[in-house]
Amino acid sequence: MEHPLTVDFVRWIVLLPLAGAAINFLAGARLQRDFGKRVISLVGCGTVLAAFALAVYAWAAMLALPPADRFMLDYLWRWIYVGKLRLDIAFWLDPLSMLMVLIITGVGGLIHIYSTGYMHEDESYWRFFGWLNLFTFSMLVLVLADNLWLMFVGWEGVGLCSFALIGFWYKELSNTAAGNKAFIVNRVGDWAFVVALYSLFTGLGAAGHPTLVIRDVAHWAPALAGMPGYFGMSLVTFVTLLLFAGATGKSAQIPLHVWLPDAMAGPTPVSALIHAATMVTAGVYMVARLNFLFSMAPATMLAISTVGTLTAFFAATIGATQNDIKKVLAYSTVSQLGYMFAAVGVGAYVDGVFHLMTHAFFKGCLFLGAGSVIHAMGGVQDMRLMGGLRKRLPITFWTFLAATLAICGVPPFAGFMSKDAIIWDSFAHGQPALWALLWVGAGITAFYMFRQVYMTFFGEFRGTHDQAHHLHESPPSMTLALVVLGGLSVVGGFVELPGFIGRFDPFGNFLVPVFNSPATRRVAQSAIENRGLEAGFGVLSLALVAAGWFLADLIYRQGSASFEWVGEIWGGALYRTVLNKYYVDEAYAAGPVAAVLETSRASAWFDFHIIDWIVNFAATLAVFSSWLSGRLDRYVVDGLVNLVSNLTLEAGGRMRRLQTGSINGYLYGILAAVTLALLVRAVLRA
Amino acid sequence: MGGGITLEHFLVLGLILFLLGAYCVLTRRNAIGILLGIELMLNAANINYLAFAFFGGARYDGQIFAIFVIMLAAAEAVIGLAVILAIYQNLRTIDVDATETLSG
Amino acid sequence: MTHPLTLITFIPLIGMVLILICPKGQEKFIRWIAVLFTLPQLLIAGWLYANFNTSTTSVQFAEHYAWIPAYHIFYFLGVDGISISMVLLTAIICFISVFASFTIERGERGYYALLLLLDTGMMGVFVALDFFLFYVFWEVMLLPMYFLIGVWGGPRREYAAIKFFLYTLLGSVLILLAMLGLYYYGATPTFDMVELAANASHYSMTFQRVAWIALFIGFAIKIPAFPFHTWLPDAHVEAPTAISVILAGVLLKMGTYGILRINFSILPAASHEFAFWLLGVVGTINIVYGALCAMAQTDYKKLIAYSSVSHMGYVMLGMAALTEAGINGAVLQMFNHGTITAMLFLLVGVIYDRAHHREIAGFGGLASQMPMYAALTGFAFFAAMGLPGLSAFISEVLVLIGAWRRYPMMTILGAGTAILTAGYMLWTFQRIYLGPLNEKYKGLADLTPREFFMLVPLAIIVLILGVYPHAILGLLGASLNHVNQAVLMAHAPAAAILP
Repeated sequence: MEHPLTVDFVRWIVLLPLAGAAINFLAGARLQRDFGKRVISLVGCGTVLAAFALAVYAWAAMLALPPADRFMLDYLWRWIYVGKLRLDIAFWLDPLSMLMVLIITGVGGLIHIYSTGYMHEDESYWRFFGWLNLFTFSMLVLVLADNLWLMFVGWEGVGLCSFALIGFWYKELSNTAAGNKAFIVNRVGDWAFVVALYSLFTGLGAAGHPTLVIRDVAHWAPALAGMPGYFGMSLVTFVTLLLFAGATGKSAQIPLHVWLPDAMAGPTPVSALIHAATMVTAGVYMVARLNFLFSMAPATMLAISTVGTLTAFFAATIGATQNDIKKVLAYSTVSQLGYMFAAVGVGAYVDGVFHLMTHAFFKGCLFLGAGSVIHAMGGVQDMRLMGGLRKRLPITFWTFLAATLAICGVPPFAGFMSKDAIIWDSFAHGQPALWALLWVGAGITAFYMFRQVYMTFFGEFRGTHDQAHHLHESPPSMTLALVVLGGLSVVGGFVELPGFIGRFDPFGNFLVPVFNSPATRRVAQSAIENRGLEAGFGVLSLALVAAGWFLADLIYRQGSASFEWVGEIWGGALYRTVLNKYYVDEAYAAGPVAAVLETSRASAWFDFHIIDWIVNFAATLAVFSSWLSGRLDRYVVDGLVNLVSNLTLEAGGRMRRLQTGSINGYLYGILAAVTLALLVRAVLRA
Repeated sequence: MGGGITLEHFLVLGLILFLLGAYCVLTRRNAIGILLGIELMLNAANINYLAFAFFGGARYDGQIFAIFVIMLAAAEAVIGLAVILAIYQNLRTIDVDATETLSG
Repeated sequence: MTHPLTLITFIPLIGMVLILICPKGQEKFIRWIAVLFTLPQLLIAGWLYANFNTSTTSVQFAEHYAWIPAYHIFYFLGVDGISISMVLLTAIICFISVFASFTIERGERGYYALLLLLDTGMMGVFVALDFFLFYVFWEVMLLPMYFLIGVWGGPRREYAAIKFFLYTLLGSVLILLAMLGLYYYGATPTFDMVELAANASHYSMTFQRVAWIALFIGFAIKIPAFPFHTWLPDAHVEAPTAISVILAGVLLKMGTYGILRINFSILPAASHEFAFWLLGVVGTINIVYGALCAMAQTDYKKLIAYSSVSHMGYVMLGMAALTEAGINGAVLQMFNHGTITAMLFLLVGVIYDRAHHREIAGFGGLASQMPMYAALTGFAFFAAMGLPGLSAFISEVLVLIGAWRRYPMMTILGAGTAILTAGYMLWTFQRIYLGPLNEKYKGLADLTPREFFMLVPLAIIVLILGVYPHAILGLLGASLNHVNQAVLMAHAPAAAILP
């Protein structure tokens, strides 16, 4: 740990997809025109598969090390060195990031291959693969980053790629709106994320260890214990709560889950790769990666498990009412992510990450299966127009069914191993209320998944005659990924068996060095261990799953039961509320979004009508005062001069009247004046 | 000198002459008449000067003033007559009421 | 090279003379003369960059000659960590803006002559270390700008130009007064900024406060800081593209540069005292308010102008932080904003040249008609949004991380504005470039090679500084930390108690 093994091949895992992206973006259009789409496929898939091969090599190298020393550092160059802040471009490979790298390049590679079939007719083929490669690169940066800011580079980078791929068919304005929504909602989470990093760095600085390098943070985290934070919280609680808020954005948890269902506007491989298997799990990864911090903040842990559980439950209920094949899977993803958060929230990090992995298998498979169906249906996504597809798309059907059984938690499929463990964990860590919701959620999951299977693959075809004629199984490039992921959905869970079956957990053992901080160990040890009870709870879950399946079978396959009365509860209000996703979108539109738009309009108004008015008024005032001084000059200063001359003129004019021209008049005047003078003199004398 | 001519006689003569002149000046419309009236008034004044000089002791102030006045009267007459001539040439009359073109 | 700073400053002036005596009928050579005389500037800037000693805080490449000895005025040029990045930026932006000027068809001779004069004035401001000389260059730059907007501008050019001119002139007068005050009340009468800074503790606190405020208003108008910012949108909207590029790319930085060079260096105690309210709070208002105003704009160019107001707020907040990260981030943000906003205004110019209007609502779907243009716009937009991996991210992070300890609330607001920025940028991008193509613009041509080669170098700089910000940060550190320490340590000097 003090001197991690320094290697120089990890960078190529990251840089290969980047090279693919660079080639596709800079030369893709020309390559595609001159040499065909085959070259693009080669670059796009080749780089990711090469990265996967390298990842496997790294894995082998890692397994060769003793478990406690399974860390590798690949340093590239100094990134930001200012003051006490020292950040490098460096990649840090430990068991957790190793697992993520394998998922990203492995599942990602399969989805790349699938895309060569799915996107074959698209004229912007090169652009699609450019973004897909760039996404893979960003995701790898996210998981391999050796410091938190570099992680944030990947964190926002995947957001960018997600934005671009949701709006890939940008000529449809609604697609781009979904992309914008995804990016902006994510930015809300990122806001919290960056503020967390600022306060974490400052807090560690106050403790004498200013750093954001993850392994150093892990080392010095105990120094933060008891340090006061902001808003009355301790620093660790403040930081972890904000980090979790960031995770709710990226991983579509309540209340920032609204973007994920809309994100289904993107091409289906994108939904599978980004919005199911990898990017949306970044929040879970981040919490697991920083487990040493989260474990120190019980309040945050409670918040995480509560939010995760509520999300798992409510998203499942919405999923049960949707008719769009991808929307069902989207809400299912939100719900499953909730399960993962419920797990890491109670301190069962291994189970959370385990579910992350199995979910990548089965949800990737489900999305790709849905894509195969949409491909066959010529773009139709409404399940009410499907039906009976199992005969025409057998491979799709069987893999879809396997993944469905996995997500429902039917033993021995992969989902059973991971999801049941999570449900049990919530109880084992003393959260019976959360357990109850997760348990019911599992039942709803079984219901909506089999509802989907029956509506899509069973019964009579409900589409047009034309569509029925064109139904066909997808090409091998697409079915390959289906088969591999379907297979993994079946067997992928055997790396970690439930405790009551037997002690076999190579998966957990592999990850142990990551979840080894004192605080994390403390949280883990607080769980109760009772094999019998665990087995009992497993049976309970299975019973509810069976009930959900049975209900779906009754309604959607046999059609022998009608549950229209459910739609009538409270005059239909309940059903409408769930169908409309609890009106969260509407609340956002009416609340914060409207408020921001209004404020912005008010600001612009204020700027133009008040501030600029003052400026113009000042200018007008200056013009007016200069006009005034002009007047003053003309009428007061010049006026005085003119006044003298005018007075003289005026006086002259008046005196002129005396000048009658009548000489007699003058003479009488003289006489009168003399007489008057004499009289005055006489009077004065007297 | 008893029963002789005293200063009062001269003064009364001067007064009568002055009043006659003044009357002439005020009542005449003919410009030359007015000039004559002025001449009378000037000479009335001269009589007073001389009388005062004669009765006032051996002093020549009065005589000197009288000579000045005579000279002044001559100059005045010259200018006055010139003006009258100019008026006549312009207006074909020497009636002073017709000279109101100077009226302001 | 013996006199690199004199050369870099006055080479454009020679070009101006040549342009003025260029014979009639040979106007087509004028633009190439302008190219020819801004290129060496760029090369010298590169030479300066390569030969700059990053470990010292003292002035480098100094030139010191007597100018008006009777009043202790010197011809004193030099660069240090505060100005080297601005010299570089000015050289880059001026060179590119000459190419952006090729669309000018009316009165070329006057236009290019004024452009080169402006170039000299701007460069002079950044290299002058004698306050008097600084002021002369400051005024030299003002007049060409007035004419460039007022003669070659849009329909309301006279209003915009006079507004710009009067506003800046008001600021200049305040700077002049403060300059004379510093001269007469100084330890020794001098305009030498290095000497003034060395004797900073001489001024009484009252004098420092008054001079600081006067200088601050003078510089705040240039930044432009709230509430002195309303000249900027008008000036930008009316100015021709190249002038907008220079205005946003270089001119705005003079305000913050002036605060660093003069307020911080010469009046550290007052800087310490006013950092919170006049830099921190005003900077935060700039950030949030600028973004809100930008969101409501319907004119493409005006929107970008308001986004400048918002982004310059980060520079002020970074300086207010009084931490190494903050002040380094602030100057890096000056450089990054210069390159990114230059790109944005060039991009607005591209579409204005073709469609002859800038109403955001009047476009739509341009990405399918002009893919290269849309791609580069997207790049610039995301750079302006502070996308990690691109340059503005580094500077914004440094600013905010530096500001956090002292001003947590302001940092939260500043960081939160990233949401607003993403909001208006993406919304604008969507309305102009995405969706179905507006039939009216079916025939528009994509970027010409000239436009392409103006934009791409800037994009490369933005990208490189995102992954290797040390290329600029390395230049700044020593000097900036020195200034920052001086301000941090400055308390009311002993002279303050004396009458």
